[in-house]
Amino acid sequence: MNEHNDQTVITNSWASLKQFTPARIALGRAGISLPTRASLDFQLAHALARDAVNIPIDFSGLEKSLSFMGFQSLTLKTRAENQQMYLQRPDLGRVLSDSALDCLQQTTPHSADAVIVIADGLSSKAIEHHALPFLSLLLPKLQEKSYHLAPVCLVKHGRVAIGDAIARHYLARLCIILIGERPGLSSPDSMGIYFTYQARSEISTDADRNCISNIHSNGLSYEQALKKLVFLVSEAEKLQFSGVNLKDETTDTSADDQRRLANFLLD
Amino acid sequence: MYKTHVADLSYDFKTLRNLMAKASPSRSGDYLAGVGASNNLERVAAQWALADVPLKQFLNEALVPYEQDEVTRLIIDEHDSVAFAFISHFTVGDFRNWLLSEHATTAALTAIAQGLTPEMVAAVSKIMRIQDLILVAKKCRVITQFRNTIGLEKRLSTRLQPNHPTDNPAGVAASLLDGLLYGCGDAVIGINPASDNLEATLRLLHMLHDVIERYQIPTQSCVLAHVTTTLKAIEQGAPVDLVFQSIAGTQKANESFGIHLNLLNEARLAALELGRGTLGNNCMYFETGQGSALSANAHEGLDQQTCEVRAYAVARKFKPLLVNTVVGFIGPEYLYNGKQIIRAGLEDHFCGKLLGLPMGCDVCYTNHAEADQDDMDMLLTQLAVAGNTFIMGIPGADDVMLNYQSTSFHDALYVRQVLGLRPAPEFEQWLQLHGIFNTENQLQQKSEVPALFKPSLQKLS
Repeated sequence: MNEHNDQTVITNSWASLKQFTPARIALGRAGISLPTRASLDFQLAHALARDAVNIPIDFSGLEKSLSFMGFQSLTLKTRAENQQMYLQRPDLGRVLSDSALDCLQQTTPHSADAVIVIADGLSSKAIEHHALPFLSLLLPKLQEKSYHLAPVCLVKHGRVAIGDAIARHYLARLCIILIGERPGLSSPDSMGIYFTYQARSEISTDADRNCISNIHSNGLSYEQALKKLVFLVSEAEKLQFSGVNLKDETTDTSADDQRRLANFLLD
Repeated sequence: MYKTHVADLSYDFKTLRNLMAKASPSRSGDYLAGVGASNNLERVAAQWALADVPLKQFLNEALVPYEQDEVTRLIIDEHDSVAFAFISHFTVGDFRNWLLSEHATTAALTAIAQGLTPEMVAAVSKIMRIQDLILVAKKCRVITQFRNTIGLEKRLSTRLQPNHPTDNPAGVAASLLDGLLYGCGDAVIGINPASDNLEATLRLLHMLHDVIERYQIPTQSCVLAHVTTTLKAIEQGAPVDLVFQSIAGTQKANESFGIHLNLLNEARLAALELGRGTLGNNCMYFETGQGSALSANAHEGLDQQTCEVRAYAVARKFKPLLVNTVVGFIGPEYLYNGKQIIRAGLEDHFCGKLLGLPMGCDVCYTNHAEADQDDMDMLLTQLAVAGNTFIMGIPGADDVMLNYQSTSFHDALYVRQVLGLRPAPEFEQWLQLHGIFNTENQLQQKSEVPALFKPSLQKLS
């Protein structure tokens, strides 16, 4: 689809701004509408994102890597038995299956300081791409603090609140969930982190959580995400709560660079 | 009380709450909550029974107990019985007939607005078809002002939403400029920050303020952080135009958002104190969406549409500039497909307008919903016919931070062209002054960067 010779398409002279954002800017127009190329680009991305929702998670690689790094893991399932059920019944994605409960019961519930839960959420690709590299930074950080860690729990068809039940089992003070976010057109593999202090099922609500979102190649880097998480954890330890009243006050080290870039509209 | 007999079957719906839920047009969230009608006949039976309920009954039977819910207390305590007097003898079915009749003029609808409770409005919407929702909403007129005038007849405003995955200011500025050059941004330039971080919020607030000042754009800004973050920003002297908050229709759901009515009031007073509006002081921006209460397990046994309309009572108390139902954002567990999203968007718009709110709609869907661009085109066009106050403007309809699809700058131009709609007058003048629009309110034939922005772009090349 080549539109270079198409006189009816009005192109935009500000295409150079694309260097600053993955957003679909300077698309040009046919009349006032999207030109054919931009329209088909969108349809292509939509098809990819739609399909991404339905790719099942495979935790085996992650299990092996964790074991190689010397960390225990447990693979668990929720009561959402299949993808269709998972999409329509978020309540089932917040409750562990009977077999998962049995499996959890077999591990000793001792008071761990922290538990890390990894769930496929709405993008298995996000977990496959970003969970391990992030864990390789996070786990040593938690060890530095001499935290006692529960086994890393890998949950299929899990929603954010699934961490609450697991945290309760281990009497864990800190619950960190890595989860696949809803796939966007431009980021089918975005990972999110939810942190809850004293997470307890039936008690914790979304207002008790802090979220670090958009971890992917065009979004937040692992280092940036880690910095935010470490800040939230330390503050929560001091304040003894997490959630809307715990504010992320980390400063961005690249903020100076960002300010300079921002000034193209303001100098 | 709520009994009916249809097709040789008898139904007894026991409570008004149950009757409302069973009468709701089918949607996945009501089944998830276990409150929806079990089949088509039960739904229609409920609609028959609901049509016979006197409007007065909604003042006598609270759907969530008065003692346990501050939204109910707000609805009951602030009900305007004088405004209600004119329609107080109607049943729900009579009310529908009256709304559709020539007696329900713009002036008459404005006069009764404060006499309506969310439950009355939700009830009548449940027995209305899409064309009814459009016809009546179009007769409502709600005008609000901050630095421009929103909601005039034959106008459709747009929220420019220049989100960026890491709040990078240059990235935000790129989408912002793209939007302005496509004629977008009169409702508000509103950014969803990637994280609820005070420093990032401050940086974005200052940046938007500087852009609006520098280029003398007759619009307002908003950074959609949690209301407590915005309050902190105000304390630190940040230039806050509109205070944003997501709100819901039960106290419990609002608690899960970390808010209550007093907190919203405090934030509004803090923003008013700044005195940044030039034409008016509608300084709040609220977002809602069917299913939000259920997702927090705080729906109190209500159907999701009734819950949604109760959120509008919360909005109405604080005289917002804009209210936005983010209709398809929440996902297929609440609105499964294009058909459910379209109906919900039109219901929300109708109910908001009837209650006297400046109602706009984020015409949107996620990639795990059974919906696509064709569905959005239908909702967009129908809303615009209904006189919707504003829509979103996002580059290429793809929000690269929130990961969902909304309406694009092109979509706004499309719907303005086919229906002869224009932006807010003050913003329209600015677009014409700088040659972005011609005198016919169309983009210039040649895509030239206006002199106003040329220096900024030249630095880059």
